[in-house]
Amino acid sequence: MTDTIVHAPIPDQSEGHHTSTGLSNEKLAMWAFLGSECLLFGGLISVFLIYRNKPVGVGPKVSQIYDIPFTSVSSFVLLMSSLTMVLALAGIQRGDHRRARIWILTTAALGATFVAGQVYEFTSFVREGLGYTTNLQSSAFYTLTGFHGVHVTIGIIMLLSLYTLSLRGNLPTEKAETVEIVGLYWHFVDVVWILIFTVVYLIHP
Amino acid sequence: MALTEERPLLELTAGDDEVRQPLGSFRRPTSTTGWRSWITTVDHKRIGILYGATALTFFAIGGLEALLIRAQLAQPNGQVLSPERYNQAFTMHGTTMVFLVIMPMLAAFANYLIPLQIGARDVAFPRLNALSFWIFLFGGLFLYSGAVLDQIADNGWFNYAPNSGVLYSPGHGIDFWTLGLQIAGIASLLGAVNLIVTCINMRAPGMTLMRMPIFTWMALVAQFLLLFAIPVITVALFLLMFDRLFGGNFFVVQKGADPLMWQHLFWIFGHPEVYILVLPAFGIVSEVIPVFARKPLFGYPFMVFSGIAIGFMGWGVWAHHMFASGAGPVTVAAFSLSTMFIAVPTGVKIFNWIGTLWGGKLQFTTAMCFAIALVSQFTIGGLSGVTHSISPSDWQQTDTYYIVAHFHYVLFGGSVFGIFAGFYFWWPKVFGRCLDEKIGKIHFFTWLIGFNLTFGPMHVLGLQGQPRRTATYADGMGWNLMNLLSSIGAFTIGVGFLIFIFNVVKSRNNVVTDPDPWDARTLEWATSSPPPAHNFDISPTVSSLDEWWHRKYELGDDHKLHRREHPESFTAATPPENIHLPSPSYWPLIIAAGLPFIGWGLIYSYWLAGFGGLLTFVGIYGLVLEPSVDPDAGHHGHADTHDTHEPEPAAVVAGAAEAEEDADQ
Repeated sequence: MTDTIVHAPIPDQSEGHHTSTGLSNEKLAMWAFLGSECLLFGGLISVFLIYRNKPVGVGPKVSQIYDIPFTSVSSFVLLMSSLTMVLALAGIQRGDHRRARIWILTTAALGATFVAGQVYEFTSFVREGLGYTTNLQSSAFYTLTGFHGVHVTIGIIMLLSLYTLSLRGNLPTEKAETVEIVGLYWHFVDVVWILIFTVVYLIHP
Repeated sequence: MALTEERPLLELTAGDDEVRQPLGSFRRPTSTTGWRSWITTVDHKRIGILYGATALTFFAIGGLEALLIRAQLAQPNGQVLSPERYNQAFTMHGTTMVFLVIMPMLAAFANYLIPLQIGARDVAFPRLNALSFWIFLFGGLFLYSGAVLDQIADNGWFNYAPNSGVLYSPGHGIDFWTLGLQIAGIASLLGAVNLIVTCINMRAPGMTLMRMPIFTWMALVAQFLLLFAIPVITVALFLLMFDRLFGGNFFVVQKGADPLMWQHLFWIFGHPEVYILVLPAFGIVSEVIPVFARKPLFGYPFMVFSGIAIGFMGWGVWAHHMFASGAGPVTVAAFSLSTMFIAVPTGVKIFNWIGTLWGGKLQFTTAMCFAIALVSQFTIGGLSGVTHSISPSDWQQTDTYYIVAHFHYVLFGGSVFGIFAGFYFWWPKVFGRCLDEKIGKIHFFTWLIGFNLTFGPMHVLGLQGQPRRTATYADGMGWNLMNLLSSIGAFTIGVGFLIFIFNVVKSRNNVVTDPDPWDARTLEWATSSPPPAHNFDISPTVSSLDEWWHRKYELGDDHKLHRREHPESFTAATPPENIHLPSPSYWPLIIAAGLPFIGWGLIYSYWLAGFGGLLTFVGIYGLVLEPSVDPDAGHHGHADTHDTHEPEPAAVVAGAAEAEEDADQ
């Protein structure tokens, strides 16, 4: 029980360093959101795994038409984009905005390459007779990987927004955390892809 | 160099005057009164009121649907509704009450109270908070917009596949349902992220986690449940939508789909949802009972940890909704056990409430009556729940009125009674006006009798074998009397609701001058009623649980409690000067307005979806690029030269983009 009252305004709590935990609100929000995303992908991956071993009535099994070397290369491209994302963050934290912009753009380009690879993959699968509606597996496969592709696309949009902000001088070093938060999202999407690539493409009993 | 000191990024025109017009399209809203101030508000208190008012409106709609059902069933071979309409009535009743009434009412309390109870100026992301409300509202409107075209879902609130597939439900009713709930789900998800960050990060100095008021704690646990449960139902809704709109095969049994897939996905969400609906109501009565028992809450740490335990265990009991589905003996045995176990932390709560009441100087205000009713009625509902955990018994009860009786005892007798305890308790805080106690008592007893008359007989009907979701029953089954009593009870509840509305209207003249009329315990009572926009004139510091009570009372030399003459509250004679609150904004409304167009577009024409998507997309950029504090707005008369905080574009873009993507696909 205290009788002293501090007659000071509440520190502006939306600024990162005044919060109860010391973590900024924005970063904490991104972590919470990614926690939620885990269950979103968890649900889709589970559905795919449950349907993977069901007999297909029509059309090929999706595991028969994978092009593993091709997808390995595009997976490598996506993983490298995590590296460039880290370099972008390092750049802006150092105050080297030109380099930060280059790496942000590179990250977006690598992500776009991955998405382009996915579009190519989908097209070639359809040509081989595996449409979205063909069988149980194809619906589950396209939905899961397509959902991931949309996440990458949203990441690219965020990266391009960061690039534009930086170009206009609206992304100073004090706001490096913005890049870090986009980076969190980007790395999460990459980690999910590692899981999807392993479970969906590489392991099929 | 903050972004706000420069020209906004997408500023189209030059000139000092236009700088405050983001995207060159509107002038920033500045009004503090009138309808415009309400649609642009980012104040957590006003958003709380908006949630509450919307939920009460949907409560009236869902209640009318319930009355239709009871009118139909009052007598054998009822002719009030056709079987098709009857299916629509119980589907929309359940969906409305769960998603558009109890969830937003609890969101109303959480929004209004959490920042006040933890001594904060607002939630962590006030503008995102406004966005959550508008998305919820448009989701609800979208869900009901199908009714205009006579496309109404008719498959029960859990909407089992494959019956909800195109083959068995060829109309668009189910599409309105799946899309509407996806939109509402975005609102819940954004709200959960916002309130979790608020509870973790925005606490006043000294407000440790174990000093947080119990309502805030229970609401926090419920937000975590939402955070992890909403994505699961989103997956289910999303797959069903793909099945129906784009020819997917997830629930098409003819193509080999697992007929239990939907049930698992739905109930993995659905059981945590039950605790989402009831835990904050537990929190409300845990605030009300100590105040009117004149005692601190008995076993506060046990209350906190039992709430957390319920939160965890709630994830391990979902298959008890599926005992009759042929899930197999091991599954049934495991889920029977876990269901019995989850009764333990709930029992801890019941005993702690009794412990709080024991030996207290009880004051039977209306709020207290509702709170005690929750304790008793939830206990009845909880016990009938335990009977379901015995799976042989459950096989007899499943799909009968016994189940209907059970979940109405926990959700109406529990959640809704708790919510109304909250209304009577916090009404003077929110509006500075008291609800009349005498009329309140009449309301309470009307509901107490009406509720038990409606749902008590359903136990008997269920054990006699009357099936749920069946439009009529034949004469001579022995069900006539109980059904008639139940229908009379339902209309009694309807009358009770009208009494409540009358009380609300009448309360306009019932101004209370004391900001703390109940002699309450927590921080929200330490400021004026209604609180100012900035909540507290003086920054709160906290040194104990029930901080406000400890400021009011001290232990004298005679070892008795004495009330201090002038307890130190957080109101000041002169309003403080340098408080920066986020400015109102149109953008949350615009982002949310795009979403129903995406929904209609997916059903009828992709052009509409494109329009909606564009609206939402532009809205997201508008919101992110608009400075959260209008640089031109006066802050209590001093020039603002520093710390106009800009929300991180990344977090908002990510959140909102995710929102868009959920709806886009």
